[in-house]
Amino acid sequence: MASIEGTILDFRRLDQLATGGTSLHKIDARAKVLVALIFILSVVSFDRYALTALFPFFLYPAVVLALGNLPADYFVKKVALFLPFALAVGMLNPLFDREVMARIGPFDISGGWVSCASIVVRATLTISAALLLVGVTGFPEICRALERLGVPQTFAVQLLFLYRYIFVLTEEGARSSRARELRSFGGKGLGIKSYGSLVGHLLLRTWMRADRIHMAMLARGFTGEFHALQPSRFGGRELLYLLGWSALFIVLRLRNVPDLLGSLVTGAPR
Amino acid sequence: MSHHLVEAENLRHIYPDGTVALRDVSFRITHGESVAVIGANGAGKSTLLLHLNGYLAPTAGEVRIGDSSFTRKSLPEIRRRVGMVFQDPDDQLFMPTVYEDVAFGPMNLGLSASEVEARVQEALEQVGAEHLRERPPYRLSGGEKKRVAIATVLSMAPDILVMDEPTSGLDPFARRRLMELLKDFRHTKIFTSHDLDMVLELCERTIVLHDGEVRADGPTREIFRDDGLLAACRLEKPLSMQGCPVCGSSSEQTGNGG
Repeated sequence: MASIEGTILDFRRLDQLATGGTSLHKIDARAKVLVALIFILSVVSFDRYALTALFPFFLYPAVVLALGNLPADYFVKKVALFLPFALAVGMLNPLFDREVMARIGPFDISGGWVSCASIVVRATLTISAALLLVGVTGFPEICRALERLGVPQTFAVQLLFLYRYIFVLTEEGARSSRARELRSFGGKGLGIKSYGSLVGHLLLRTWMRADRIHMAMLARGFTGEFHALQPSRFGGRELLYLLGWSALFIVLRLRNVPDLLGSLVTGAPR
Repeated sequence: MSHHLVEAENLRHIYPDGTVALRDVSFRITHGESVAVIGANGAGKSTLLLHLNGYLAPTAGEVRIGDSSFTRKSLPEIRRRVGMVFQDPDDQLFMPTVYEDVAFGPMNLGLSASEVEARVQEALEQVGAEHLRERPPYRLSGGEKKRVAIATVLSMAPDILVMDEPTSGLDPFARRRLMELLKDFRHTKIFTSHDLDMVLELCERTIVLHDGEVRADGPTREIFRDDGLLAACRLEKPLSMQGCPVCGSSSEQTGNGG
């Protein structure tokens, strides 16, 4: 639990990064959200054996990292955290899909390995795109952008609150877990049963907190509607950012650029 | 200035599970008074506070703020006039940044953008937290959170300030700063607290609750001199009114009682 706590708290650093002042930070959140969305859609819509065609897409995270003046090692570590999950999803592919697709020297590469690699590459791309989006925009801004893009307010506000209280809840959970651990003296304590009531208490405490927050909101005149603070501008810069990236993604999606480059260099027709 | 009046008349509250939290509570707090509500755990302090801005409705009796009693129509106006600061600032600060949190109330009041800006600026200046404007609440220290929580209420220009345990969880320095801040407010103030030294310093009047009833209501100093009353209500003299632990002399005689 302590490590989960540490990991979640480490995500707060994303917020700090989002307060940076680069030109990328200043672009309206809506443009950044839309670009990230189109990026993710382009990447996931590829055929399952697509591999080479995916690599040019690394251009986007690289450019965002550079323009946003973000620490690459931090993001690499955060993305690596999620890769085991992607690997778990793709792991069985090599077992089921043994049809040989390519040969490198004496090695046969089966379709399963290609699709497994494709899953991992896609996961890397989409997760880094999402994390970088938070890193240059900030989660609250993303929620507000979503709302202005037409996502129902209830949903946007839920996301906002989730983000605000995930830290409080993590700390509470970690405290309970620590208390349990300290009294189980290195053993398993009462085993899985004690976790049941621990989670139950956490739920009840969350419930009570929600009640108190609602009380605090009512005390300040809340009537069920969140008022927008200041309308931000979606100007030429935003339009350029949106159209530029979208055009690139669509071209990369429809044309296999590495193949094209390869055939240009070797002169082989395709 | 009759709208600064807080009045409870035979207030009674029974929770749905049958717990009688308030039996029969009556008091009248007038403009500019600074009043402490003290009592043991479970004496009914928090329940009483929740009646003051209409979050709980009395089972019997009545609460009046100024000339108005609680009706569906008067509720929004009463909630603006009674600024309520809760014990845990994490419950009160729910917006992404300090600025938005302080602006939450004024925006709900439907003020214009420039008016909201002015109110936020003024409230943050009052509590000395202008530099925290853009910070997310979870990055603040306990003392900062508390002061910002007060600013979120001040920005609605309340007449009456109600605070649940204002000094709980603060280090001695943050506690001292908060007390200096509260001392300067001209509002009618109602605090609940177990920090009896703070009560002695900030409140000229004290209401002692015990088992959902008002056991005593009078000048703070007199109440703290009544050893029998304090013992019966599971309370204790503020440290500053107790004898010196080293030489045994009573601070009351030396005149350092706060």
